[in-house]
Amino acid sequence: MTQQAEPAVTTPPAPGPGKESDGRTQQRPLALRLLARPEVGVFLGAVAVLIFFLITAPAVRDGSSMANILYQSSTIGIMALPVALLMIGGEFDLSAGVAVITSALTASMTAYQLSMNVWVGVIVALIVSLAIGLFNGWLLVKTGLPSFLVTLGTFLILQGVNLAVTKLITGNVATDDISDMDGFDQAKALFASSFDVGGVNVKITVVWWLVFAALATWVLLRTKYGNWIFAVGGNKESSRAVGVPVTFTKISLFMLVGFGAWFVGMHQLFSFNTVQSGEGVGQELIYIAAAVIGGCLLTGGAGSAIGPVFGAFMFGMVQQGIVYAGWNPDWFKAFLGVMLLGAVLINLWVQRTATRR
Amino acid sequence: MTTEKTGTHGAILQDKAPEKDAPIVELRGAGKAYGNIRALHGVDLKVFPNQVTCVLGDNGAGKSTLIKIISGLHQHTEGEFLVDGEAVRFSTPREALDRGIATVYQDLAVVPLMPVWRNFFLGSEMTKGPWPLRRLDIERMKKTADQELRNMGIVLDDLEQPIGTLSGGQRQCVAIARAVYFGARVLILDEPTAALGVKQSGVVLKYIAAAREKGLGVIFITHNPHHAYMVGDHFSVLRLGTMELNASRADVSLEELTNHMAGGTELAALKHELSQVRGVDVEELPEEEDLTAPVASTEGKS
Repeated sequence: MTQQAEPAVTTPPAPGPGKESDGRTQQRPLALRLLARPEVGVFLGAVAVLIFFLITAPAVRDGSSMANILYQSSTIGIMALPVALLMIGGEFDLSAGVAVITSALTASMTAYQLSMNVWVGVIVALIVSLAIGLFNGWLLVKTGLPSFLVTLGTFLILQGVNLAVTKLITGNVATDDISDMDGFDQAKALFASSFDVGGVNVKITVVWWLVFAALATWVLLRTKYGNWIFAVGGNKESSRAVGVPVTFTKISLFMLVGFGAWFVGMHQLFSFNTVQSGEGVGQELIYIAAAVIGGCLLTGGAGSAIGPVFGAFMFGMVQQGIVYAGWNPDWFKAFLGVMLLGAVLINLWVQRTATRR
Repeated sequence: MTTEKTGTHGAILQDKAPEKDAPIVELRGAGKAYGNIRALHGVDLKVFPNQVTCVLGDNGAGKSTLIKIISGLHQHTEGEFLVDGEAVRFSTPREALDRGIATVYQDLAVVPLMPVWRNFFLGSEMTKGPWPLRRLDIERMKKTADQELRNMGIVLDDLEQPIGTLSGGQRQCVAIARAVYFGARVLILDEPTAALGVKQSGVVLKYIAAAREKGLGVIFITHNPHHAYMVGDHFSVLRLGTMELNASRADVSLEELTNHMAGGTELAALKHELSQVRGVDVEELPEEEDLTAPVASTEGKS
């Protein structure tokens, strides 16, 4: 005796007075529709992590600790933005972490070795960073290889070049201190200064982070280019068929990651005066994880720019929170992993429940 | 579909239809080889405004290759491809679109996760404002998309819903509406009814007829002769990459068309052999001489 499933009851077409409707779609409750948005999920996650540390680590409640957490988040967050856009565009970039160091090394060594104004180094670094992005994108588009392979290649190349060239030029694994050179103070003001808000010292990167996030959101949702990003990530062939410049979009997204790497690289250079050539390895995965936690689809075509902001905040929060709670900082990575899996699973579950048809 | 056309659309048609009898798109002995595989060879095809040209063929007959050449995804390797009497060679679909050749692909060329209105305008977005602040004119795009879809008889409550949630027929109609709206002169439909139910196929066929009424030249790719015969003015049957039949509606009956599609000429030749086999009923099969339609001259060349 098997029981037949009840046929779905459809609401009869409502002959509305104004607009004609097909009468088959029902408006879901607002709460469910909100929950179906990945940004909202990650926002709730970030709030949960914040509350958790506010309870377990009393030191976090202090204003300066909060500024510190935001600073930590911003260095991840600034890079997570272009990485997220690239991911929405259907690709990802494993070289993003070491590219930051490459950029900082280039600026530092160019300025120091040629004894020039640091701005020359900054400009050269920008060109190099954009060129790395261009190379990644161009190789990807030309060969059709998956971005994993192409950027894994550049990741290894840059990692090696960073160390080898630095040793070759400076005879050391770090660059020389450039803090007494021309233009350093100007550049520091732009990339690595800080200001006071009600007695709390806030780093300028926090401001840049939020500005870039607002800009990225606007571009993504309100411009042609943003439309193209979603399209090339969602279905490359279809986009090409309807006239979206797929090649341009992909390459420019990689160059955007290059720009982000340059910005963060400059921040590191002007806040620490020297650069350690072996750093940056592993950071690319943090950026990617922040984007994924922020609700960007790893396979492309969906996501937001605001989600990764909360994703990066969660990371910064945990990284500093563990310190403030007095735990062994070694736990950070383990926490990250749990958060990543947790966020992805919750997102998946929430989306399935809320968008069930 | 007797409603007024949109202003832009009408204007484009008036600009670009000076001679009535000249084909918009013409292929002369066109072919395409992928390395050493010859997918298409010696194909002649003319597409006139106000006509539906049906291209029929079984799987692997070269239909997809043919439309890919016309729509600019691939380039022909032999013969000529003319648009308005001028030899062309498109390197991107964008160039074909700019010449008024729009294609509705089998996979519909939609991005499933994107909202309906974004899909409608994808690649040709409406914008407003000066450059650094140039942004999408979302209000206007939504309104236009809604209007165009309603003109086609598709009523959607929520244009924000991802297009992947629409039914196959609805998506097909969105794609056709999009092509018609963007001033296509030639509309290529790649098996639009292949995955549809009877009623939805009927709706799509209605829009093919409507597109013809609007003065478009339609290339209707299908492997269903019944659907083709309902709307077609001219029929070309492809088989193994060559033209097997090239006939206008007056010269060919549905039966003949079906026979050609099913490889009827071959079957007729085999009829004698088949009649030797017990249990095969050959009474209903036509004789070779029954197939009176002119067979394309290219056959036998290859």
